[in-house]
Amino acid sequence: MPTPLHIVVCAGIVPDPLQTLEPAATPTGPGLKNEMVLPAVLDPWAASALYEASALVAKNPGSKLYLVALGPKAKLQQVMMTVAQKVAFELVPVDGPIGGFPDAHATAAALAAAIESIAGLDRARLLLFGGWESASRGAGVTLQLVGERLGIADQFFGVDEITLRDDGSFEVLERVEGGKHQVSKCAGAPAVLGWATGNLAEPRNNPQVGMANMRTILPALQKAQTAKLDAHSLSYLSVSLPKQQRETRVEKNMPPEEIAAELAEWIGKDS
Amino acid sequence: MDSILVLTHADETGAGLTRASLEAVTAGKELAARLNAPLAIGIVAAHPQPLSKGLPEAKLMAVEGEAFAQARFASDAAACEALCRAAGATIVLAPQSSRFARVMAAVAHRLGGVIDTHITALDATGPESIGVTRWFYRQRIEAVVTRTARPWFLLLDAGTHAAYSGEAGHAQIETVAVNLPALRTEVGGFRAPKQDAQTIRPDAKLLLVAGAGWTKKQPDGAIHTEEAGKLILEFLGHAGASLGSSKSLVDQGGEGHSVLPFLTHLNQIGQTGSTPRHAKGLSTCCHGEEPHVVGWRFIGERRAISLDPNCGWTRGKADVVYIADAFQVIAKLNAMPAAKR
Repeated sequence: MPTPLHIVVCAGIVPDPLQTLEPAATPTGPGLKNEMVLPAVLDPWAASALYEASALVAKNPGSKLYLVALGPKAKLQQVMMTVAQKVAFELVPVDGPIGGFPDAHATAAALAAAIESIAGLDRARLLLFGGWESASRGAGVTLQLVGERLGIADQFFGVDEITLRDDGSFEVLERVEGGKHQVSKCAGAPAVLGWATGNLAEPRNNPQVGMANMRTILPALQKAQTAKLDAHSLSYLSVSLPKQQRETRVEKNMPPEEIAAELAEWIGKDS
Repeated sequence: MDSILVLTHADETGAGLTRASLEAVTAGKELAARLNAPLAIGIVAAHPQPLSKGLPEAKLMAVEGEAFAQARFASDAAACEALCRAAGATIVLAPQSSRFARVMAAVAHRLGGVIDTHITALDATGPESIGVTRWFYRQRIEAVVTRTARPWFLLLDAGTHAAYSGEAGHAQIETVAVNLPALRTEVGGFRAPKQDAQTIRPDAKLLLVAGAGWTKKQPDGAIHTEEAGKLILEFLGHAGASLGSSKSLVDQGGEGHSVLPFLTHLNQIGQTGSTPRHAKGLSTCCHGEEPHVVGWRFIGERRAISLDPNCGWTRGKADVVYIADAFQVIAKLNAMPAAKR
């Protein structure tokens, strides 16, 4: 018999990767220029976690899927209009600041508190999912801190695959150096899994799933708790765009033989 | 006054410290000198005694036992926590390896400390002021941050310091006892992705980036994926290069399009991939910001082969752009005598 799971996916929202980003000073610290009007998406690696979680829920009848997201309510609502059409979930929103500059420790505390407040969550069956790093702060520590705050003693990061067994145990593949995976077997939930890309493609939009999700998402957004994130002694000495601009030589009419010869010389030369 | 602990771990063989660990030792030694602070080095390994040879003069501590032969959250977190408590350091440096990245935030939390990761530079501007450099938004924005809270854990990106190879100290290793929790996870070893050859080589001098153009229609109106795969693999073999790819190329596999069979998500660089460090990079058939900006941030010399003379992303990012057919260029390169390659 498959084991019913309670899967909580922590996912932030980040600027669409195609946007040009420029830092700007704000009253609360560094931020992005026009941050609130930049198109936003669900954090890419966290989105992988959400799709993998949905697939696990589908294979394990009786399981539940929660999406815990921290961000300004208006931006969360905008992103959920798209995400809600992908997979079915229950949203647990936390109204808070956007962006990668707030402290990860404070973010983790707010997320852990939100998870602890989920009514009916069975912590013994909990799989805590998220991206192994965000596309904003990119520190790879928030999910781990949430897991630690929830007292979860088995954590896996850079996960590309999980295989559940009927007894509740699972095998997990984590990315390690050199393009390899470490294979581990865990006795079962509770556990933290910080996902890398996984193996699933992005699900197609399903308007029926979207409508069903939005019936619960909008009331949840209205009731979202507000989180104030402390800086934890973190201060920024400088925030800037990289200055390096290269002088690019463009060769438009060089024959392939000459290009190959030039490349061969370049590759062989010690830099 | 600050005191510094460098945490290190054994490599897969267990017979030596990882290169990234030795880089962290260098960073710790430099920082200790600048701050005039005491230095301690902690080792996580099954058999740490032989691993201390070659380490600099410092207080040496280690945990030992078969539980630490493998990377696992519960045992590694307990080991690092014990070493940190024994050292009582205010600054803890460690390599940004998969093993330590998995546990160090939890360890910082257990000690009531704070953590910053992916550090690319350490700058001690005064006895009380340390600034660390890291990137935000996937290598698009660079920031220097500081903290007053201690202990402060810093994970150092690989390749940002030289591996320590200086004078060896003569300190004895102090073994630190660890209260291991019940271990619910068993590590079963490593698995390489299903591919004809290992195409990811972190130590390679050259990174070849393959873009989606390799699997698009060529001038004869046909798709030549098989030929593309052979050319790329042959080039990798000749040049000893590592292979990166754009997201669009890797994603094609999931969308049922023609794909290069040896590519996996592990090859992906950019927004949702890695940001590798290599001395040189050659991008082929790529278009867009991902390969040229995000994935290439830490590539030294950069060249590109592209059919698009107007690709704005290469301008100012690559040193040289060849407007040419990558199929022809790589074929010519592969056909050159070894002495010329």
